[in-house]
Amino acid sequence: MLRRKRWIFAILALLPVLLVYGWVRIFPIGEILRLSLHKWDLLSRNKPFIGLDNFRELFQDTLFQTALVNTAIIAFGVLLVTIPMAMCLAALIYHRTHARFAWFYETSVFIPHVASLVPAAMAWKWIFDARLGPLNALLGVFGVEPKAWLFDPVLSVVAIIVLCSWQALGYAVIIYLVGFKNLPHSLYEAAKLDGATPFQAFRFVSVPLLKPITLYVSVVTLVSAFNVYAQVFVLASDAQGAPGRQVRVLVLDMLENAFRNYRIGYAASEAVVLLVIVLALTLIQFTLLREKGGRR
Amino acid sequence: MTTTHRADALLTADDLAARALRQRKRRRTTLSIDAFLMVFGFLMVLPLLLLIGNAFKTPQEMVAWPPTLVPNDPTFANFRAVLGDTPLMRWMLNSFLFATMSTVAIVITSAIAGYVFGKFRFRSLNLMFLVILATAIVPFEVYMIPLYFQVQSLGLLNSIWGLLIGYLVMSFGIFLIRQNVIHSIPDELLEAARIDGAGEIWIFWHIVLPLLRSALGALSVLAFFQAWTAFAWPLIVATTRDSYTIEVGLALFQTGFTVDLGRLSAASTIVLIPSVTLFVILRRNFVQGVAGTGLKE
Repeated sequence: MLRRKRWIFAILALLPVLLVYGWVRIFPIGEILRLSLHKWDLLSRNKPFIGLDNFRELFQDTLFQTALVNTAIIAFGVLLVTIPMAMCLAALIYHRTHARFAWFYETSVFIPHVASLVPAAMAWKWIFDARLGPLNALLGVFGVEPKAWLFDPVLSVVAIIVLCSWQALGYAVIIYLVGFKNLPHSLYEAAKLDGATPFQAFRFVSVPLLKPITLYVSVVTLVSAFNVYAQVFVLASDAQGAPGRQVRVLVLDMLENAFRNYRIGYAASEAVVLLVIVLALTLIQFTLLREKGGRR
Repeated sequence: MTTTHRADALLTADDLAARALRQRKRRRTTLSIDAFLMVFGFLMVLPLLLLIGNAFKTPQEMVAWPPTLVPNDPTFANFRAVLGDTPLMRWMLNSFLFATMSTVAIVITSAIAGYVFGKFRFRSLNLMFLVILATAIVPFEVYMIPLYFQVQSLGLLNSIWGLLIGYLVMSFGIFLIRQNVIHSIPDELLEAARIDGAGEIWIFWHIVLPLLRSALGALSVLAFFQAWTAFAWPLIVATTRDSYTIEVGLALFQTGFTVDLGRLSAASTIVLIPSVTLFVILRRNFVQGVAGTGLKE
């Protein structure tokens, strides 16, 4: 009887939340899967079912291919820059937890992560500016020719990787700090007794023990970098009316197909590709985690 | 430094010298780590400092070569111009209302769902929780196009309510609260209250919510920042000049016709002030919330 009453309370309390959740999450996710199999050009009334035609067309679409390649390069670029840097920084900050300026180390690394995207991107846009930017001025001191950072197809990708890494770093550092705090102290004592230098302790104790954290941060970083959009929107579009758009990324391509070309079904199939990528990354994370658990 | 003095007495002079040397070496390492972290931290915030510097530059100084890092002749003209020419304050207000309402919605939904999933053990509930867990992986960008049409069919495009629909719930918030409920609210406490005849709603309001205060605080900071920095969603949903959020307004303002960098920087500076200030004040909450994301498993 009591159990039944509690069940009723649980369901009644949960019902509104579940309804909202179903309506703003589960329903649109189902819709995106459904739409990806339909041809819907927004202007036309009917939406015929066309099976996998959208996907077939997608993989022959050079704009999409460019977007996919660019996004992947950006995502893995951000990963390669962020993870090693974050791990080392977190080790140093953790080592100096009780320093007088410890709050400054943590806060300064984290501020780029909370600063609004667009102003932050604006700041970097000036730094990378070919004519007026301080980066070229700095390089000029070392005798390097000024470079058109935001107009060169390769360099603009580099610029976006720099911007995204600068923003992602703080998050990774915070997660690693939690990881360091949870590491068993006794292992370091043991390593010290065995004559390990601090560097060796880091390399052979911290790095392997932090593997689950590394996996987690890597996947989060990759997934959010695969969704990169605002940074590209600001950096790769010019102030004088956007002639550029050299850096095409997935979300940009998707939104352009949906809201400029009015090809909703086609854009939906792009969203599904994005979803598959994210699921694959998550799956890899879980598999690797389980592998580690099995060996232990 | 405050190791036992008794041990010192047993050491030879050589040992002492060696220890002093080691200690000096260690202090030097510590000092260089501190110096490195100082410089690195400074470089991390430097882009934002440069942006703020630009906001105070005159147009002549803005185009000077080599670029100056600190304005020679600081002026407020850029701020005055940008506040006069653009509805910047309106956009800020939109963002603020959107972020506040989203925070309230997320805190309410997460508190209820987190508590029920954390403390009520029924098989049907587990199933629902699994569904939420599974859909949590899907990034917002994947399903925002259908969501856009849902908002459109309600006639809520170009309004704060339309924006809000994308940010009513946060799967991570539900996990965070559930985790907190499981770890910090003992079953005995709830049972004792039930035996005393307390109703379920009373228990939730008077026992559970107060115990969740710090977790809900951390969650609200996260939720607020999430909405405040949202970009893709407001860009497609709020497309009239009056309904822009600050991020979108600023991004479109910078792609617009002849814009000078000084004014852009001034606008950016105004936008940065609230988020950075809020972060510095609520730093502890924020770090706690973000750190919580790493402890999902």
